[in-house]
Amino acid sequence: MDRHLIQRGLDRTTLPRFLLWLLPWLLLAAWGGTSATQLFRDGLYHTNMDNRFAFGLWIILDLAIIALGAGAFFLGFMTYLLRRHEFKQVLNTAVIVGFVCYSGAIVTLAIDVGQPIRAWFAFWHANVHSMLTEVTFCITCYLLVLLIEYIPIVLKNRRLRTVPGAAVLEFNLHKLMVVFAGVGAFLSFFHQGSLGGMFGVLNGRPFAYREGVGIWPTTFFLFIWSAISAGPSFIMLITMIVQAVTRKKLVDDFVLSRLGRLSGILLSTYIIAKVADTVVWIMVTLPGKGFDAAEFYRSDMFGAWVLFLELTVFGLLPATILLNRRRVEKMPWLIAGGFLTCFGVAFNRFVFTLQTLSVPTMSFDRFMIYWPSQQEWGVLAGVFAYGVILYSLSFRYLNLFPRERELQTTTGGN
Amino acid sequence: METHSKATVAYAMVIDLDKCVGCGTCNVACAIENNVSVPPSEALENRGLTWMRTQRVDNGKAWPDHRTVTVPIPCQHCEHAPCIHVCPVTAVQLDESTGIIGQIPTRCMGCRYCMAACPYHARYFNWFDPTWPEGLQDTLNPDVAPRMRGVAEKCNFCHGRLDRARELAAAEGRPADEPVHYTPACAEACPHGAITFGNRLEEGGPIAALEKKPEAFLLLEALGTAPKVTYLSREPWIRRIGLSRLDRVRGHGDGPEGA
Repeated sequence: MDRHLIQRGLDRTTLPRFLLWLLPWLLLAAWGGTSATQLFRDGLYHTNMDNRFAFGLWIILDLAIIALGAGAFFLGFMTYLLRRHEFKQVLNTAVIVGFVCYSGAIVTLAIDVGQPIRAWFAFWHANVHSMLTEVTFCITCYLLVLLIEYIPIVLKNRRLRTVPGAAVLEFNLHKLMVVFAGVGAFLSFFHQGSLGGMFGVLNGRPFAYREGVGIWPTTFFLFIWSAISAGPSFIMLITMIVQAVTRKKLVDDFVLSRLGRLSGILLSTYIIAKVADTVVWIMVTLPGKGFDAAEFYRSDMFGAWVLFLELTVFGLLPATILLNRRRVEKMPWLIAGGFLTCFGVAFNRFVFTLQTLSVPTMSFDRFMIYWPSQQEWGVLAGVFAYGVILYSLSFRYLNLFPRERELQTTTGGN
Repeated sequence: METHSKATVAYAMVIDLDKCVGCGTCNVACAIENNVSVPPSEALENRGLTWMRTQRVDNGKAWPDHRTVTVPIPCQHCEHAPCIHVCPVTAVQLDESTGIIGQIPTRCMGCRYCMAACPYHARYFNWFDPTWPEGLQDTLNPDVAPRMRGVAEKCNFCHGRLDRARELAAAEGRPADEPVHYTPACAEACPHGAITFGNRLEEGGPIAALEKKPEAFLLLEALGTAPKVTYLSREPWIRRIGLSRLDRVRGHGDGPEGA
């Protein structure tokens, strides 16, 4: 029924099967929509956040998906500015994943704030000293860049190409991609950093506070570093998942290996920096503020295992796997390394968000715990479903993988 | 960063914990003065609104050595306030002429970053639409605007009363830059006179004298936030409440636990 919309030479499943694939995701999206409606209508009391847990699941989600979405700007930078053309094979996927991550984060933020109708105040009454202002500006601008990068992919659709002017617009936008890749890299550099800076500047929260390098706390640089470490791994994993679901070979294996190795190189340097930062934090920053690191790891929820997991299982281990040339050529190792890297960056964001609020500051405070409400999970599920639906539609009607035609050997999938 | 070094007024508060009996009058007087709404009964713990939290703390010892104290905790109006620079919409502002950290509810977009930044947990979020029990609406203070759902709020040292004191000074023809004296609702209502409020820059004034007493201490002084709320106690274990955990261990052994 929709054959005329599908690119020539690409094999896609039938429309009924595709709709069946979309059904569970649409149900999840409906759960998300219902939750969001309830929250907009009644207020945030439907969440389990409170005056101590001012941030919750949604901020963790935002930080994690923005970090994982870093593959979009970083691979654009690698392809267009460093001329590593092998990454062109996954660049369209990186753009769409980035768009999903950033737009999802913005929607979640709009639900998270108490007065979403005043969101424009962040531009009108901008506080130039606030890291959140920088985040707001850069994320909004970068989403526009991603949209501009998405448009040429959409305009290549078989049907849209017949629209007068579409091909010309697509050609001209494509010529400008190097500019947008540069702008995207610049904007992303700052907002990834500012997301880390958001925590590092909290001088009243010793768990999050970090020493400054220049005008930025160290978390500014660590968040950029961890995001560009995980970004390529996330694109690699998404590509592998799409290959598995569609049972098609979409990119050359060496591209996946190189994405993994790129993550490995960046992750290993990140872990060195993270260890150095942790040592300075324990030895200098915390004693200077009258705190002892051991205090932060004495609860049932956040023991010393948190630090151990972050530095070893989600740091050293995947770095060791992905740095090894022979291992990154074997899919099981590549998947394990990529998964641990991506989970690690999300875990880092979880720790910075939740443990910062959970640990006591005053001597009579207690450790607090928080578990998200059904509505909070609903919004998370909705954002996830939105991502899957948008990607599925893009995969079906657009040409996301330039080598697909040549590599296609099997049939089926969506 | 001296936020208001050229000002002649820096309002500050001193709370004598040895005089406080934990009656909660300060809390109630504050709520009435500032139109603090009453969350519904089904509200979770930590969802309530109060600009003056009264925290019970004990010394962690068993009877007969067991001791408790109530610590009233308003916004500390820090010199180096962690909440000001984080607000993305400039809804938290320092009034350089008074040292008061103000909150602009009509500008706040409810991101709660200021709440995450405050180590004293002195900021509160309006999780619900503002409501009052039947009849209590009739007693609302016309000088203070109630806050809407979805914004943060906190103690502002009874800014409504400051405005009234300024209006009175102007009506009396006093110069606009002359410091005005006023008393916040909590200090006025405390039946034991545990709360003293005034201008800490006033030479020979009560605040400056109390702040210099050996039994004076600040909450989490080591953080460097420089609060403008000082506590007094002659009891060493109570003074240790203000220390961070490491400083307490370094200097004074085991400390209190929340009660």
